[in-house]
Amino acid sequence: MNRFEYQQAKLAEDEQFVSKDKAIKLYDGDEKTAYEDGEVVLTTHRLFWGRPGEIARGSTTLCLQLQYIVGLDEEVASSFVFGKKKRLILNLRPLLPGKLPGPMENSTAHFVKLSGRHGLDPAFMQAIRGTLEARIWLIPGDASGSNASPSRENAPRIQLRTGIGGIERAIEAKQKATDDSIAIAFQDLKALMAMAQDMVSISKSISSKIRERKGEISEDETVQFKSYLMSMGIDDPVTRESFTSNTEYFKSLARQICEMILDPMEEAGGMMSLADVYCRVNRARGLELLSPEDLLNACKFLDGPIKLRTFPSGAMVLQLESQDEEIIAKEVGEKVEEAKSLSVEDLAKILGISILLSKEHLLAAERLGIVCRDESIEGLRFYPNLFLR
Amino acid sequence: MADFDWPWEYNFPPFFTLQPNNETRTRQLTVWNNLTRNYYKHRNQSSLDINEDSPLFCNNALKRRLPTEGRLAVMEHLQGTGHAAPLDKRRTNWQVYWHTLDEWAKIIYDWSQRTGQTNSVCTIYEISNGDNSVGEEFHELDQDVVLKALKLLEEQGKCELMLFDDSQGVKFF
Repeated sequence: MNRFEYQQAKLAEDEQFVSKDKAIKLYDGDEKTAYEDGEVVLTTHRLFWGRPGEIARGSTTLCLQLQYIVGLDEEVASSFVFGKKKRLILNLRPLLPGKLPGPMENSTAHFVKLSGRHGLDPAFMQAIRGTLEARIWLIPGDASGSNASPSRENAPRIQLRTGIGGIERAIEAKQKATDDSIAIAFQDLKALMAMAQDMVSISKSISSKIRERKGEISEDETVQFKSYLMSMGIDDPVTRESFTSNTEYFKSLARQICEMILDPMEEAGGMMSLADVYCRVNRARGLELLSPEDLLNACKFLDGPIKLRTFPSGAMVLQLESQDEEIIAKEVGEKVEEAKSLSVEDLAKILGISILLSKEHLLAAERLGIVCRDESIEGLRFYPNLFLR
Repeated sequence: MADFDWPWEYNFPPFFTLQPNNETRTRQLTVWNNLTRNYYKHRNQSSLDINEDSPLFCNNALKRRLPTEGRLAVMEHLQGTGHAAPLDKRRTNWQVYWHTLDEWAKIIYDWSQRTGQTNSVCTIYEISNGDNSVGEEFHELDQDVVLKALKLLEEQGKCELMLFDDSQGVKFF
């Protein structure tokens, strides 16, 4: 009983109310005391006992620091008058230095008992058990627990490595690591996007410089620079999000494709396969990539200098409006004439165009009767059409 | 037998590929038509098996051979101009006429008139292999072809075919 102190019934800063019970008598060891019919209040740090109403008024009451309690026991008392009832035994540790004065300075007993007139409220017993297990008073920075035993505080936490618990913990750790690395990867992507923005601004500044310094650098260099810029990217790609209707989206996409592809198209001889266009466009767009379907749909809306054309074979190309099939066929005919005979691959090499286009050119020339074919085990070759001369 | 005079197309590789262009193909088949007739006239043959790799369809020096559908197209072209007829339903065996049957009929009838055979009877063998026909175009012509030509004449009322024991005879009017 000598572990009890006189303290004001007032919660400390990080202390919280847990539970309470009424009509409680205190025992010092097995001896009854004068402290009967009081209220007990349990907080996260202390246990108060006061006469009815005292604790509510916040006056000075008996108080036991929970750190003194080392264990709980129960005792069943039976009498003819009261029947059976439970008592709670609090086993206490020896006195710690610095204890405030209390109701009893000397006691031989190492435990106190709480006894209720009608037994103890099971909820209160449950609460006191839980609170003791939680040991919240050990958390540092805690006003009333400042004299908590340091040895307990520093008790080493043993890491469990075996059993199902251990395996679960390992899996959890792995998941966390994966989460972290994904987060880092996305950070990288964000950085990349930020860089892309920078690239676009650099290309813009270069192009404006070219405009300013016209004359200082040679025409050739200007042209080359411009072509680099073209390959570097479009600074404002048309994206689906900014449109409400598909038709509008495809139309403006078509306009942009037309602007962008016009120059390369002229270089390539006025015709480009859709695959080439797809690569060019997406390279220029950088991150806002187009799907093949979107590109195809946009190409269907092309009008102006470039148009979509489907060959009888089903192959689709973009070609300049000015491109005339007969002129191409004639050119192809000349090439075939020069070489006596040409395969599709030969012509592709000579004209620097894709195999697909080369084949379409030859088939067009064949349709016009300019060349004729020779199919053998050596493959398909085209000859000048000597039949019709 | 003197060497056959091949046309230049025979040494032109695309000649052995059936051309997809209509105009080109028509021209190509016309050349094939003439070539086949000349070749068979030169060889004095009339039966043709599509699956046989004869020099006509195969230029070994050029390593080119006309594929089966090309051969069939050639034969059908010949049939269209009256210069060939299929002998079986699968159209693999053909008879080639370097003159159409009408022409043959006229040639034979003219010959009979010229040599005074009107109203007299002669066998088909005599027409194609007899002394009287030496030097004529139909000399040593396939007897089946001669018979078909005579049947045409019979329809025109210019002769009458008669059946002997083992061969056939004809009486010109």
